[in-house]
Amino acid sequence: MNGAAQITVEGVSFAYPGAAQPVLDDLDVTIESGERVAVLGPNGSGKTTFALHLNGLLNPHTGSIGIGDLTLGPDTLAEVRRQVGVVFQNADDQLFMHSVYDDVAFGPANLGLTADAIDQRVSDALAAVNGTDLADKTPHHLSGGEKRRAAIATVLSMNPRVLVLDEPTSGLDPVGRHELADLLVTLPQTQVIVTHDLPFALATCTRAVVLDGGTIQVDMDPDALLDDPELLARHRLALPFGYGRTRSS
Amino acid sequence: MIDLQTSTHRHLHVHGTSPIHGLAPEAKLAGLVAFVLIVALTPREWVAAFAIELALVVAAITTAHLRPTLVLRRLGAIIPFVAFALALPVVGDGSTTDVGPFALSVDGLWAMWNILAKATLGASASIIVTATTPIPQLLTGLSRLRVPPTIVGIIGFMFRYLDLIVDELTRMRRAMRSRGYDPQWLWQARPIAASAGTLFVRTYERGERVHDAMAARGYAGTMPDLGTESAEPSDWVVALTPACIAVAAVTAGGLW
Repeated sequence: MNGAAQITVEGVSFAYPGAAQPVLDDLDVTIESGERVAVLGPNGSGKTTFALHLNGLLNPHTGSIGIGDLTLGPDTLAEVRRQVGVVFQNADDQLFMHSVYDDVAFGPANLGLTADAIDQRVSDALAAVNGTDLADKTPHHLSGGEKRRAAIATVLSMNPRVLVLDEPTSGLDPVGRHELADLLVTLPQTQVIVTHDLPFALATCTRAVVLDGGTIQVDMDPDALLDDPELLARHRLALPFGYGRTRSS
Repeated sequence: MIDLQTSTHRHLHVHGTSPIHGLAPEAKLAGLVAFVLIVALTPREWVAAFAIELALVVAAITTAHLRPTLVLRRLGAIIPFVAFALALPVVGDGSTTDVGPFALSVDGLWAMWNILAKATLGASASIIVTATTPIPQLLTGLSRLRVPPTIVGIIGFMFRYLDLIVDELTRMRRAMRSRGYDPQWLWQARPIAASAGTLFVRTYERGERVHDAMAARGYAGTMPDLGTESAEPSDWVVALTPACIAVAAVTAGGLW
């Protein structure tokens, strides 16, 4: 099944073992099918923890997570992981095989597809990130931008309906950020973009939620959020010096 | 100082189109293990059998179009392991023979010869296989030979992340040097040991993140086989030929 899926998070709480405070505390949020939502928040606010919940890499202590018609649980885990592609902060963690081709093929191969079908998935995914020429390269030899695009291709090859990107702009140069924003707005999946790069959130997302103290504190248009310096300051958010504000079309 | 960069896997494989390059990896690995086993079992006094085994290695190097200098340079890796063999003629007991001004143990000389000959032949054969097979193919070969997936996974990740770990070590050493630490002597090694600990922790954490990335893409304990075509019967015949000739040589030596 292709296209996009709705994400429903209801009453999710989670604490790391030994921690006094929960990282996520009765968190509720619904993300519509095909929506691109920026998850903002200060360091340590639980953004990555939230991202890791969306495909069952962490399990909530209470509450439930729904992807389309599926409710995340032991029985649906494999299917949810197929539908929800997570792109991790450090592309070197994502690219663990010896060539980009093998890395992009890893997911489809785990789905048990035939060699021809895997080949087709890899070609499509690399074409979608404008990275056909990367196929035979060793991940170690790629630039930061190339690694990020290859990392996105590794999840696109599973035909996901939801993309979760954790700090996708970290380590990218300005041109790389632009290229990534231009790429993301062309992808049809529901996207959850975890970042503290406010201009990037504005460029790519139509909705921004601020995660702080374990719950969603703010849920609004990123443009309006950026117009409210007091609100930004309250959640330790700020525009980098000298940034203009434009939205990618 | 050892140049860590040149010791990593990128440089192990030598591109080529020789018949040996074209063999299926599982056949090459099986051929290698069989050959090394026969070498290890060759009685040390049967010099003629060693000569035939050496001829097989030289023939394989020639067929694979590998430069002899490359093989010799890589053989340097066994020096630390065989260095102690040089001491055996001196410390060995039993009857002695005069070599120049020295009275050397005959038994020790044979033991030295045994270690040097077998290590050189075995390592040369391994060098031929690693120089003609890219790492991903070697891993595929190991899987097809039913090596446990955990072991194959560990070997694969070691090669994939060796470069990154070396880079990390280089950055840490640079950070130390830029703050005036330039160790020359053993008693200055404490920060090196501390950085090794840090490196271990960072590598361990990376391991957890990589596992997450794998689980997120449907990994359930077995690496998928993305390799090339499986071995044809002819691959097995070619790859096992050196071992068979070596068996014949050793057997002939026994009958003789």
